[in-house]
Amino acid sequence: MSEMRRVTAIRNGTVVDHIPSGYAMQVIRILRINTERATPVSLVMNVPSDKLGRKDVLKIEDRELDQEDLDRLALIAPAASIAIIRNHAVAEKMRVELGDDLVNIAKCSFPNCITKNDREPLPQRMKVVSREPLEVRCYYCGRGQEIDELIGNII
Amino acid sequence: MRIRERQRAMGNLVTMDDLTNDDIVSILDDAERLVPVAKGDILLPLLQGKVLANMFFENSTRTRMSFETAMKRLGGSVLNFSSVGTSVSKGETLYDTMQMIDGYADIAAIRHPRQGAAQYSADAVDIPILNAGDGAGNHPTQTMLDLFTIRQSHGKMDGLNVVLVGDLRYGRTVHSLSHALVRFGASLTLVSPSSLKMPAEIVSDLKSHGADVTETESLDGQISDADVIYMTRIQKERFPDEEEYSKVAGIYRIEAASLVGAKKGMIIMHPLPRVDEIAPSVDSSEFAKYFQQAFNGVPTRMALLCRSLGVEVPKKVS
Repeated sequence: MSEMRRVTAIRNGTVVDHIPSGYAMQVIRILRINTERATPVSLVMNVPSDKLGRKDVLKIEDRELDQEDLDRLALIAPAASIAIIRNHAVAEKMRVELGDDLVNIAKCSFPNCITKNDREPLPQRMKVVSREPLEVRCYYCGRGQEIDELIGNII
Repeated sequence: MRIRERQRAMGNLVTMDDLTNDDIVSILDDAERLVPVAKGDILLPLLQGKVLANMFFENSTRTRMSFETAMKRLGGSVLNFSSVGTSVSKGETLYDTMQMIDGYADIAAIRHPRQGAAQYSADAVDIPILNAGDGAGNHPTQTMLDLFTIRQSHGKMDGLNVVLVGDLRYGRTVHSLSHALVRFGASLTLVSPSSLKMPAEIVSDLKSHGADVTETESLDGQISDADVIYMTRIQKERFPDEEEYSKVAGIYRIEAASLVGAKKGMIIMHPLPRVDEIAPSVDSSEFAKYFQQAFNGVPTRMALLCRSLGVEVPKKVS
C-alpha cells in the first residue's frame, strides 16, 4: 500500500510530504493549525521513504498554505514538498526554501535581547547560520535557539 | 548587497564582522599616525563641524570619555546623552530615541544594557553607528584599541598565544576580541570558572576559523607561554543574584610574584575598571599595559570616527 493512501485522499487543501520522521506534530504547531477546530487533519508518521528513509506526511483539509507558511515550514522540514489540492487533483506543487533572513517568523528567546521590549517597532529577525545542521541566530543579539525552543517562539 | 556588506559601506561598526582584516590593519595604521593628535601635540581639525552623539544608556567612564576626547581633538563636537532623567526614563523606545539623534548628529556611539541594541539602532537610523558595548554582546571599538595595544607591544598581531581570563560569559570585550584574534591566527586559552565560560556559540565560531582554543578553570601554568594575558573583571552587575557572584568573585588574581617565569615582552591587559584581579604591585612592572591600553582608546576611536564619516587620515600627520 502506498504511504499516500494510508489516509483518504482529500478534496481541497494541502498535502505536506517529506516531513522528517517524527516531526509532524511540530509542523502542526509551526503552521498554527488549530487542532480544536473542525478542519480535518490527517497525519501519517514514520512511513518508509526513498528520500528520507522514513518520513511523516500531513494532509490539511480546506486550507492552502501560503508563502509565509512555507517560510516557517522550512525551519523544520527543509525537504518538504507541498501539493495544493483542488477538487481531488493536484492544482499546484511547491517546495519550501529556507532563506538566509527570517523576518517576523520567530521571536528571539534571549531575555536580554533588545527585541524583548514589545513596544520596539522593528521586526523580529533571525539569520540562518547553517542549514545542515540547522542553526538559527537572532539577527540583533546573535543568540542561537534550539529547534524545539524555536518552534515554541514562532510568531 | 548583503546586509553586512551594506553596513561596511555605510561605516557602521556593530561587530568585528563589519571589518575585514585589511580594514583592521588600515584603521590601526591611521590610529598610529594620529597618536600625536590624540596627545594634543598636533592640531588636526579633520572633523570640524561634525557632531558625535554619545548615546550611553548604561554607565561608562573610559569609553564615553575617550570617544569625547577623540572627537574634540579632531575639531568635532559631542552631544552627551544618558538615559537617566531623559525621555527614556519616561518609557521612550530605543527606536524613537535614535530617530531624534538621527536629526541632531552625524554619527553616534551607543552603549546599551540590552544585547543587539547597536544592530537595532543601525537599522533604525541613517547615520553611522559605532557599538560602544551592547549588554554581554560586542564591544568592537574596545577590540580595536586592544589590537592596537597588542600590535604596539609585539609589533604584530599574528600567531600570538593569548590567555583570556575571568568573566568570559558576560564580558563583551572578550567576545569581540576573541573573534578578531583568531582571524589573525592567535591561539587562545580561555580561563574562567565553569559558570562564566565563553558562550558555546562563540567557541564554536572560533573553532570554525580553525583556531586552537583551550578552555580551563585554572590560571596556574598559563603565564609562562603567554604573549598576552587579558584579565577581565567579574562583573557583579551582570549576575542574577549576590550569592552566585560571591562564589566566583576574586577567583583570579595576578600579583608581581605570579609573573616570575613570564616571557620577555609578555603583556598584561585589562579593559578596566579592575577590582582586585590585578594587584597594584603589577602596575610598575614591564608587563603592565592596561593604562597605555586605556590611552590607546583615543587614537583608535579617532581613526574609527574618521573612517565612519568618510574622512581620510593624511598619510603624514605633522
